[in-house]
Amino acid sequence: MTEPLPPFIIFILGALLVPLLKGRWKSGLLLLIPVLGFINLVHMEEGTYWIVPFLDYHLIFGRVDRLSLLFGYIFHIISFIAILYALHVKDDIQHVAGLVYAGSALGAVFSGELFSFFVFWEMLTISSIFLIWARRTGASLGAGYRYLLVHAAGGLCLLAGIVLHVNQTGSIELGYLGLNGPGTYLIFFGFGLNCAWPVLHPWLTDAYPEATITGTIFLSAFTTKVAVYALARAFPGTQALIWIGAVMTSFPIFYAVIENDLRRVLAYSLINQVGFMVCGIGIGTALAINGAVCHAFNDILFKALLFMSMGAVMYRTGKINGTDLGGLYRTMPLTCIFCMVGAASISAFPLFSGFVSKSMVMDAAGAGHMRIIWFMLLFASAGVFHHAGIKIPYFAFFSHDSGMRPKEAPVHMLLAMGIAAGLSIFIGVYPAPLYSLLPYPVEYVPYTAPHILGQTQLLFFSALAFTLLLLSGIYPAEIRCINLDVDWFYRKGGRLFYRVMARTLNPINAASERLFVKGIVRSIAHLSKDIIARLSVFVMVTFWMLTGLRGERLRMRKLNLYADVMGGTCPVGLGAGAATAFLVLVFVLM
Amino acid sequence: MQDQNVNHTNPASSIQHPASKRYLFDNPRNVKILLGCFYASLLVLLIIEWFVHKHPHFDWEAWPEFYAVYGFVACVVLVVAAKYILRPLVKRREDYYD
Repeated sequence: MTEPLPPFIIFILGALLVPLLKGRWKSGLLLLIPVLGFINLVHMEEGTYWIVPFLDYHLIFGRVDRLSLLFGYIFHIISFIAILYALHVKDDIQHVAGLVYAGSALGAVFSGELFSFFVFWEMLTISSIFLIWARRTGASLGAGYRYLLVHAAGGLCLLAGIVLHVNQTGSIELGYLGLNGPGTYLIFFGFGLNCAWPVLHPWLTDAYPEATITGTIFLSAFTTKVAVYALARAFPGTQALIWIGAVMTSFPIFYAVIENDLRRVLAYSLINQVGFMVCGIGIGTALAINGAVCHAFNDILFKALLFMSMGAVMYRTGKINGTDLGGLYRTMPLTCIFCMVGAASISAFPLFSGFVSKSMVMDAAGAGHMRIIWFMLLFASAGVFHHAGIKIPYFAFFSHDSGMRPKEAPVHMLLAMGIAAGLSIFIGVYPAPLYSLLPYPVEYVPYTAPHILGQTQLLFFSALAFTLLLLSGIYPAEIRCINLDVDWFYRKGGRLFYRVMARTLNPINAASERLFVKGIVRSIAHLSKDIIARLSVFVMVTFWMLTGLRGERLRMRKLNLYADVMGGTCPVGLGAGAATAFLVLVFVLM
Repeated sequence: MQDQNVNHTNPASSIQHPASKRYLFDNPRNVKILLGCFYASLLVLLIIEWFVHKHPHFDWEAWPEFYAVYGFVACVVLVVAAKYILRPLVKRREDYYD
């Protein structure tokens, strides 16, 4: 048996090969990469591998433990699903970007110190941006630039934090850091930006819905989950995360209720779900950390499933706004069923994957007697069912008849959705295999009578609220509009900055142009030519007057000479004479 | 789930236009049956609760029908707040940023 390779290498090398192949060979290679990676991964044993000396430090590309392995498994699974879903795409940029993106996520998860982690962290940003730009619309270009700027700022913050931390402690190890000293605060903030914390979140809801249909599947899986991994690794049990997570679960659902773009609704619910993970990491008990990473595993699957079903709708109809869609269950029944499986999973229906993981975080909050947090999480549980569980399938597949009768999604998309749906149900029905992979031993039993009943009541009565509000006409109608979010500050703020700069700097620029370029420089240039002509006229007129020249002839000569010198057309003799005279003058004066 | 009621809305027309096909929920009766099942299951859920032994973290979890009431109230609050408070604050024309 050969030694396993660092997981990222397979993806990055594979990405380099993709543009060389065509047709079926390319599809084969694309699907083979995550499969090979997975085989490689299951042969790995816990421990520390691939240590490379670098300056005075050691880079560690393989810190393999239960936490990194769990993320490694799910990243391979979702890569396979996302690649299968994207097989029809002819654009190599998207395939390469997707593979490099997945490879970077794996690199970050398995790196054991801050240097290589930071490099992979930045590669995540760089590779993911091409999945946004590849849509090639004005909106995606703009959203991509904003995404890049926000992540560049976050990355710099992280880098500054790492430099301070390493300077302070002398260690580059990426282990438990905790909040002590300015370096760790900056690292915390850098992680939080990628995690889409409240106020730092709009890059996500801005950019993900503008990405390509297939790119969004990759995007939904990696950036935020690597950040969740990093928080679980470096800041478990940090009190601040409890509140940050609880706010993350609650505020996006209000936006999701009034948002028209269904992929943006899913982006808001992505923040809501990551909130459960962040909260669990903040609580920090074994049950809570287990719940957080277990929920990350499940969320990657069902969130990708929901994005895939909306992507299939978009692929077939070209539309994604709630106002344009409706009644598609008629001709896209399988997509509709898969979407409902995703919806049931994210809403944590019993027998679906969300149920066995989200409740661990809820239970941990309950066990810690965190009343307000518990109420916020329960509110978010009801709310997520409301927008992701009912709104998404209802407005796309039921609701009013849009009159569209698109074909069912292509086979490879259906297969990809089928795998994700199958896994979501399998985990929901039989969570033991997933539980056996979690970082801490699991004693948790999700299927108890009161828990099943409580959760079912919560969801069914949320559904009742939806039904009654809809029938009574109170439910907010889908409206063609945009909803302002925190990105207003930098979108409008950036424009204001531009305008202020234009208003103040442009006039200064214009004044300088008038004063220096057109004013002083021109007059000096004119003067430097003119002064020679005037001097020579002065000398020659004196000379001519001495020789007795007067009247009209003197005036003519004077004018001719001035024109000749200004035009640079003096007879050679005259020029030589003037030069000689000048030399003589210099000689005499010396 | 489709094709259960393959009737044509316009029997006089011999052309089978896709839009003229009738699907599951085109028949108001099926919608009514679905809603009926839904309301019945709500009632069942409310009744079962009296036969389930609870072991709650908090006192209020033991209150009768706590989860049902909370789920309903939370969603009404959510929708009302989103519609009447958040939407007026943040809604802008689609070309707002252009």
